[in-house]
Amino acid sequence: MESLILNEDETMLRDAARGFLDAAAPVSAFRKVRDAGSGFDRGLWAEMAQMGWAGVLVPEEHGGADMGHRAAGILAGEMGVTLAASPFISTAVIAATTLRERAGAQGARAADALKGIASGELIYALAIDEGPKFAPERVAMAAAPAGNGYALSGRKGFVAEGAAADRLLVLARTGGAPGEAEGLTLFDIEAGRAGIARERIDSVDGRDFARFAFDGVEATGDDVVGEPGGGLEALRTGLRAGQAALAAELGGLSAGAFAMTAGYLKERKQFGRLIGTFQALQHRAAHMWSEIEVTASAIANAGRMLDARPDEAEVAVSLAKARATDTAKLVVSEGVQMHGGIGMTDEFDMGFYMKRARVGAEWLGDYTYHAAIVARARGF
Amino acid sequence: MPEFSRDDAQFRSQIRDWLAENCPAEMQGRGSHDGFSESDICWGGKRFKFTSDAQRAWMENAAAAGLTVPTWPVEYGGAGLSRAQQKIWMAELARIGAKLPLQSFGIWMLGPALLAFGTEEQKRHFLPQIARGEIRWCQGYSEPGAGSDLASVQTRGEDRGDHWLVNGQKIWTSYADQADWIFALVRTDREAPKHLGISFMLIDMESAGVSTRPIRLISGKSPFCETFFDNVEVPKSYGAGIPAIVGEVNRGWDVAKHLLTHEREMIGSGSRGPLGGRSVGKLLNDDESVAADPVLRAEAMRYEVDAMAVGLTLERYKDMAGAGVPIGNASSMLKYQGTELNKRGYELLMALGGSDAVEWDSPHGELASEWLRTKANSIEGGTSEVMLDIIAKRVLELPAK
Repeated sequence: MESLILNEDETMLRDAARGFLDAAAPVSAFRKVRDAGSGFDRGLWAEMAQMGWAGVLVPEEHGGADMGHRAAGILAGEMGVTLAASPFISTAVIAATTLRERAGAQGARAADALKGIASGELIYALAIDEGPKFAPERVAMAAAPAGNGYALSGRKGFVAEGAAADRLLVLARTGGAPGEAEGLTLFDIEAGRAGIARERIDSVDGRDFARFAFDGVEATGDDVVGEPGGGLEALRTGLRAGQAALAAELGGLSAGAFAMTAGYLKERKQFGRLIGTFQALQHRAAHMWSEIEVTASAIANAGRMLDARPDEAEVAVSLAKARATDTAKLVVSEGVQMHGGIGMTDEFDMGFYMKRARVGAEWLGDYTYHAAIVARARGF
Repeated sequence: MPEFSRDDAQFRSQIRDWLAENCPAEMQGRGSHDGFSESDICWGGKRFKFTSDAQRAWMENAAAAGLTVPTWPVEYGGAGLSRAQQKIWMAELARIGAKLPLQSFGIWMLGPALLAFGTEEQKRHFLPQIARGEIRWCQGYSEPGAGSDLASVQTRGEDRGDHWLVNGQKIWTSYADQADWIFALVRTDREAPKHLGISFMLIDMESAGVSTRPIRLISGKSPFCETFFDNVEVPKSYGAGIPAIVGEVNRGWDVAKHLLTHEREMIGSGSRGPLGGRSVGKLLNDDESVAADPVLRAEAMRYEVDAMAVGLTLERYKDMAGAGVPIGNASSMLKYQGTELNKRGYELLMALGGSDAVEWDSPHGELASEWLRTKANSIEGGTSEVMLDIIAKRVLELPAK
């Protein structure tokens, strides 16, 4: 197996990403996005696309940089450090990974989409959730036979980049019943198609989320990604890639929030002493750091497995998402507590980390969802 | 002594051939899952009794090829393997279910300290004896008054011209009653600040005035001893260029610290796999009332998630070490995470085993004794609290005042 530490190219990529984001997308930039209610900054995304980030998983023949999942994890991690908002995970990771598998079979259409993704011009969103928890098998949205195609009716919520999306990957039911893995079909349709009503969600993390109502939305056989009834199969690798990238983002978020907190411990004085001299706080800070280190290993492993053995990556990805979710929760909670009152103010940045960590915890599967996958692999 | 190839693929096939020829069949297929017991470990030393001819042959064959200490240089009894090759060696051992041919404190601790701080003659004298399993070492660090505050050791060595006169007491000396030699922290300057008056001294356990007494633990076992030094005369030299002290006189703390990082990596990694090779899933599924307990299931899930992540962290830090990235004080993190996880794992196993597990000799083997033993994991080699102190001060550089 590949090493779990960064090679020379990966170190350069990380340093370049860090340099760019520190200058172009510090947390203060996200604050402007939050205040404006825009979800993310399209200018920033265009710059990221220029650097090849939007095409990080797009094959070179379709205009991408094709750097692999480890590289995608590095980029997502660095974005997490400064809370840089972008459609990176939904578009550059999930959609690109899903569609590149189709570029052969479903030829020109997937190729065009990949080109649009790599250029930064095309924004994709993934619409799965219908209830408060991520559970693809429970999807109920109907894709009923209509004419030569399908009519999609039902609701989708918690769709990341849903407000800005040009196109949607939608999971709907062509057979079976909610709770069954069979009968789910993945559609790739434009977000403005007749019968789709879109409503922005006012998410606590200030990022772009939307809910959708589908009322007899027409779809053709060409809109199906993969095979009818094979929706979960068609999504498998893309979804895992998204979960791994989200874990990496949460890992970076943890590192960013921890750095703020460690810095505060070194400058804040109470009782005439720096609070970082108090052993009660030192031990909690040391524990947090060690948790971040352990989680970083699981994240690195997920990227490594997705690149080397994508078909066997499920446990590695779920391990990373579970650990990253848990660690981020610890770090942001301790971050606010150790900052004291100022940590509770909107003027201070720690709250942004806390809110993004909570949203990231739920998106694409929460701790329990992923820990259960690990447990199954361990025989229970 | 076989010539090992520098090419990884060739090396792997060489090792396979070598194992087929040199690892007795009785020593294979002994994976950690079944029938593991501490008595399976080959410790070497003058007093060691091999459990079988096969165990002896396995150690001797490996020693002849330098594979008891695969990464040590050939001239000191090793095979000169790279880290990557060592990984292959370990993987090939695991593949056939073979245990390490020899384990000892000499290999884990004294050897690395001598390689870093010893004179050329010290290395040539002591290292091959360790590699061949001839001399078993024990570690004389802690004292009744020097536990977490290790640098306050009071065992003293007075300069008597051609020898050091050593008096004092060590405690928690693992297997001192079975060891041939001890490496000990001895105060050789009582006037100096506490870190600067300690020497790292090598002492023959057969010297007049050395005695040991096993300590019975809550687990019912006695792996540790008290070791007493009563007017022990330690020659200043064991031969030309072979002083009894490693490194400079009074600078033994540097050696001790270096060695502690090795010890912490080792304790953090666990020498026989997590939970002694037991499966949480199996214990959970074996009994219906256990399997149906949602809280136990949740704890088991959390344990498995953390155990896999800690395992990957050990791998990542090995990769760092292999790439020449200094690990330094981060070894405290590995020790902290590894030992706390192990304690949690054993608490979980005991809960899954229920009342079956509280018998000394239970359907789960010596689980109760092992569970009790794990409570020392976060004490020995530096407590978890000391590890957190080291991380806070040395890694995070939080202020002292």
